[in-house]
Amino acid sequence: MVETINSAFTAIFANRMRSFLTVLGIVIGVTSVILLISLVTGLKTYITNQIQGLGANLLFVIPGRIGGARSPGGVQANRLVYSDAANLRKSLSDSAEVSAAIQRNATLKFGNKNDRGVAIFGVESNYPKIISIKLTEGRFFTQSEQQSARKVAVIGQTVKANLFGEGKAIGQTIDVAGIRYVVIGVLASRGSTFGIDMDNSLYTPFTSAQRQFGIDRLNTIYISANRAEDVKSIQEKATTLLKKRLSEDEFTVQTQEQTLSTISQITGVLTAALGGIAAISLLVGGIGIMNIMLVSVTERIREIGLRKALGATEENIRNQFLIEAITLSGLGGVIGIILGIGISLIIGRFFTTTIPLWSVALSFGFSLLVGIIFGVAPAIRAAKLDPITALRYE
Amino acid sequence: MSLVKLSKINKIYPSGEVSFQALKNINLEIKKGEFLAVIGASGSGKSTLMHIIGLLDHPTSGKYELDGLDASHLKEDTLAKIRNKKIGFVFQSFNLLSRTSALDNVALPLIYAGISRNQRMERAKIALEQVGLSDKLNSHPNQLSGGQQQRVAIARALVTDPEIILADEPTGNLDSKSGAEVMGIFESLHRMGKAIIMITHEEDIAKHAKKRISIKDGRII
Repeated sequence: MVETINSAFTAIFANRMRSFLTVLGIVIGVTSVILLISLVTGLKTYITNQIQGLGANLLFVIPGRIGGARSPGGVQANRLVYSDAANLRKSLSDSAEVSAAIQRNATLKFGNKNDRGVAIFGVESNYPKIISIKLTEGRFFTQSEQQSARKVAVIGQTVKANLFGEGKAIGQTIDVAGIRYVVIGVLASRGSTFGIDMDNSLYTPFTSAQRQFGIDRLNTIYISANRAEDVKSIQEKATTLLKKRLSEDEFTVQTQEQTLSTISQITGVLTAALGGIAAISLLVGGIGIMNIMLVSVTERIREIGLRKALGATEENIRNQFLIEAITLSGLGGVIGIILGIGISLIIGRFFTTTIPLWSVALSFGFSLLVGIIFGVAPAIRAAKLDPITALRYE
Repeated sequence: MSLVKLSKINKIYPSGEVSFQALKNINLEIKKGEFLAVIGASGSGKSTLMHIIGLLDHPTSGKYELDGLDASHLKEDTLAKIRNKKIGFVFQSFNLLSRTSALDNVALPLIYAGISRNQRMERAKIALEQVGLSDKLNSHPNQLSGGQQQRVAIARALVTDPEIILADEPTGNLDSKSGAEVMGIFESLHRMGKAIIMITHEEDIAKHAKKRISIKDGRII
């Protein structure tokens, strides 16, 4: 056995190019599977954390119907207005905080500096009680500022960096789509979701934004239950209340949990899609291994014939090729795992990645199997040939 | 006592509807230490004869005794062991493993004899010295001339200390000078007491052998 291992290793080193190509095929398959799955799993973890980080006991009222025939807020006209939020606040006043929200994109200016595509959120003064946001400087706006529609702004880190650089932000007057606002607070960084920079944003009183942009339709009504056990009953109450004025497919009241499950559906589809791509790459890698193995065995039929003539038994030949295939596929698998984990750790410095153990096991197992089957099956056939037939093989 | 004894050996290749009889009723005896040349044109059946003597091919009918053992009905794995132990092959096209050193090529049959690595290297070195290549131990086949490659192949045939060396057109791919060198080695092996069976179509080469037979259309004449 030791001798068979020896001749297998000798053959591997004697045919460096072929060995390298076999290993490469497996490395690509294993690396891509581990990487893709770690990205999708990481994305799921990240989004879940982001949503859970928004705050506890949250509910969202959004226009349109989720899970219905029509897409939310899409084809259908948005009929959610401020009085809906006001009614909800009135009826839920003893059990929840309610804030209406509208959103527009605008360009900000300060002196000769611009910041384009900033998300302008018009929210109410109780917004920080609903969504957990942190300020690094200044303060959020007050109820009286909201009532009098004062042009005050709480800006994100990206806005601050683009407009003020290292300079002072609080108290400065900026231009928001032609109207002057005074900066009163700066938000802590929140990173980005789906490639959208959450820090390129500006919060202003709902009334100010509504007046400036002339919007009466709401993007979202945020509700935060005071107690976790009330979330379900608040969802029912809110639905009943809104149904008085709106039809069933014009709005959705969704709990954070439901949002998470929606997200998990989306990432599930994403996992399936990317998993499919990864499976294809594994398959392509497998076909590559198969080709190289087939070609190399054909190339080596004469060698097999010679070895048999010199006294090798069928078992000797089979074991030699088996050890060669296991060594090459195993080596490729290990390099693939190291590369896959390594690259996903590097990406992990910029973007959440999670490496599930099953993806490592799956890709490694599959490559090993492909390598062994296609490495050994033709060799077993060749080992059965008469030595003279094999020796004369062209 | 005869080393090789063929009795009424026939070999028929079925090829479609017409079968081809390569060997017809061959009777042949070779004694220990004999140097025999089998002369014949291409297609005469001389290679088939050698393959049967070398246990690389089975006769269709007849009896083959090798060193007193009836080899006609043995299993392939048993034949492999007998080949390993008793027969050394020298082929026209050398059949060396490329990208493998002369030393490792020569040591190859010893792997299947189950001999330890140190001993293999030792014995391969001695065999290469016997054919005058002690300075080429680590050369690869593509760094050697044709004559040198054939000498490596002879060393490989020698290394298991077999009773018989079977050589199929050993000089067929060589120029006359290298051919003469190779024949010189065969003669010295003969002096050492090895039986040598050499297949050739060249009368000049056959002259080195002490005994000659001719084969034509599958019959010894």
